[in-house]
Amino acid sequence: MNNLLEINNVVKKYGDFTALNDVSLHIPKGSVFGLLGPNGAGKTSLIRIINQITMPDSGTVFLDGELLAPHHVEQIGYLPEERGLYKSMKVGEQALYLAQLKGLSKSEAKKRLKYWFEKFDISAWWGKKIEELSKGMAQKVQFIVTVLHQPKLLIFDEPFSGFDPINAQLIAKEILQLRDEGATIIFSTHRMESVEEMCDEIALINKSNKILDGKLDDIKREFRTNTFQVGVSDSNSSEIETLLKENFKVTKPSFKLLNDAFTANVTLTKGNTANDLLSLLTSRGEVNHFVEVIPTANDIFIQAVNKNN
Amino acid sequence: MGKLKLIIQREFIAKVRNKSFIVMTFLSPIIMVGMGALVYFLMKKNDEKVKKIVYVDNSGMFSKEDFKDSKTIHYTDYTALGIEETKKKVEAGNYYGALLIPKQDSLEILAKSIEFYSKDTPGMSFMNTIENKIEQKIRNEKLTNFGIDLGKIKASKINTDIKMYNFSGEESSKLINGLKIGVGAIAGYFLMMFVMIYGTSVMRSVIEEKTSRIIEVIVSSVKPFQLMLGKIIGNASAGLLQFFIWGVLLFVIITIASSIFGIDMMEMQSSRVPAEQMDAIKQTASGDKGQLIIQEILRLPILKLFVLFIFYFLGGYMLYSSMFAAVGAAVDNETDTQQFMLPIMLPLILGVYVGFATVINDPHGPISVAFSYIPFTSPIVMLMRVPFGVSWYELAISMTLLLITFVFMVWLAAKIYRVGILMYGKKPSYKDLYKWLKYKG
Repeated sequence: MNNLLEINNVVKKYGDFTALNDVSLHIPKGSVFGLLGPNGAGKTSLIRIINQITMPDSGTVFLDGELLAPHHVEQIGYLPEERGLYKSMKVGEQALYLAQLKGLSKSEAKKRLKYWFEKFDISAWWGKKIEELSKGMAQKVQFIVTVLHQPKLLIFDEPFSGFDPINAQLIAKEILQLRDEGATIIFSTHRMESVEEMCDEIALINKSNKILDGKLDDIKREFRTNTFQVGVSDSNSSEIETLLKENFKVTKPSFKLLNDAFTANVTLTKGNTANDLLSLLTSRGEVNHFVEVIPTANDIFIQAVNKNN
Repeated sequence: MGKLKLIIQREFIAKVRNKSFIVMTFLSPIIMVGMGALVYFLMKKNDEKVKKIVYVDNSGMFSKEDFKDSKTIHYTDYTALGIEETKKKVEAGNYYGALLIPKQDSLEILAKSIEFYSKDTPGMSFMNTIENKIEQKIRNEKLTNFGIDLGKIKASKINTDIKMYNFSGEESSKLINGLKIGVGAIAGYFLMMFVMIYGTSVMRSVIEEKTSRIIEVIVSSVKPFQLMLGKIIGNASAGLLQFFIWGVLLFVIITIASSIFGIDMMEMQSSRVPAEQMDAIKQTASGDKGQLIIQEILRLPILKLFVLFIFYFLGGYMLYSSMFAAVGAAVDNETDTQQFMLPIMLPLILGVYVGFATVINDPHGPISVAFSYIPFTSPIVMLMRVPFGVSWYELAISMTLLLITFVFMVWLAAKIYRVGILMYGKKPSYKDLYKWLKYKG
């Protein structure tokens, strides 16, 4: 069993509105899985089904080979996008309460909280009320509460919102460490650079349908356009441009170089290879820039969604 | 089950630790007793101001005996001065007013022609006292004219108390009926207050979870139904604790206050009642009657009352607070609750009014009976009826209906609650609520 979570043909309707239309996902054990999609695509509906907050109208969800059942809440940690804590409750008591709701004993919860509070250097907050903390501070507490019961599956919905770059980095590191320790992570965000940084696999949901899924590298390969950024100095710009246009598709450069060189984006057309392009360039001047344009997660997102729409 | 316990605990502690709860619990009995004492004190001060009045008795019917000074009214005889002079004197001087009794041929005309002049319009109780005094004198005079011996009249005074029985042998009397009304009314009113205070408290707690956005974290650990139930029970426990503390505090404060200030309850109630009436009350209250009351209280089916009180109390509270929870879940903030609050409050208030209006007149009349069956009013109305003796089959119908409605309502409320807690933004309409009911799982 390589998949921790298997979602098969899930359908969810709210009245006449279909939130999820026959969505299937397979999330491998020990991976960081990016669940992407525009606002209102159905991500939250799917996440709520995994958390058993709502039930699917049809379809099945398996966690670690077992059909999803109430006792599984103790094996799932969920950091929702709409999150918060009891404002007038003290940090320590609150963390203990939430941990106990996830099935930890009071003493075990205390022990683990002590570890995390020391790790994040926030032990002094134990007796403070949430309303006395800043938003970022409260988010740290919330993160600890989410992972405290050491769940097999962690679901983070926009985990970095509310954090400054330094703390966001800290949380990202912790998430990757949790993965290395064996947890499987579903990661839902609009911040594409963090998708690049963290995700092994992604799925893209748009208008209630899954439109794309797989390993991030595979998807990138699928979306590559064989376009290269080229920069050539010591050359006659108009001459080289005419030459290139005879054999390749030339578009405006999507980058800037520091020196005064000829720049362009060049896409390989039928029959020719990167080497053909390179040899043409070297014969005309000094090549000081030659990079394949790899589609970013952002590009893929926009392209796939636009195509689907 | 363990999670439900955790939720109840948290709700209870959150409620009890709240500053307003502590202040309310410990301050309000003191404020209540303090206000009572203040009103009593002011009333006494007000009455203690002696009113000096003069009288001109041209009829010659009244003697100094009739106008004996009382605690609050001092009389001065100005008959010798004549009516006009007296009026002038009073207007210029320190007297409160002048009572002018003209000479008339018949007592009937005399009764209508007595006048009182004063600078300020006198109060009701003052005028009552004076009128009573004159009425009694004239009546006695007439009785004497009829040749009736006043001593015999006095001796003929008797208090009647018809004892009422029902066929199951329960004895009752008017006095006891009053007592039963009191017990029922207090129970019903108490229930309404509790439901309103703690129902809205449940609602507020639901709204707080929504606005602080912790709700989604919680429902990923527990079922919304568990959370709702935990809230309802936790708040009720805090409420019961509060009422218990109030009871104890009130008892202690009243005991201390009455021993320090020597205020006795009888006096407090009757301080505005004219002296003659008070005598009558004291007569009734003393001796045999007093014992009878105690006997009758003991004869009320206390255990039955208590059990039913608990049942209707819990049933009514659960029924209403589940609705309050659903309202809290449906909205984002407290100002949006109004449109949904009215239909909840209405039957509660109706229950109390119907109870006071009909049960007191006829505890077994058709309206009383009907409203003690309708589950939304039955907790209040039935509690008011119970002291008068309600047959078991009636209780069975009422309790069963309440139980069924309660289960149905909690189920319904849980459905709205479950959807509502995760809805933000738009204020829902009744149509939306109906739609939510149809959502699956």
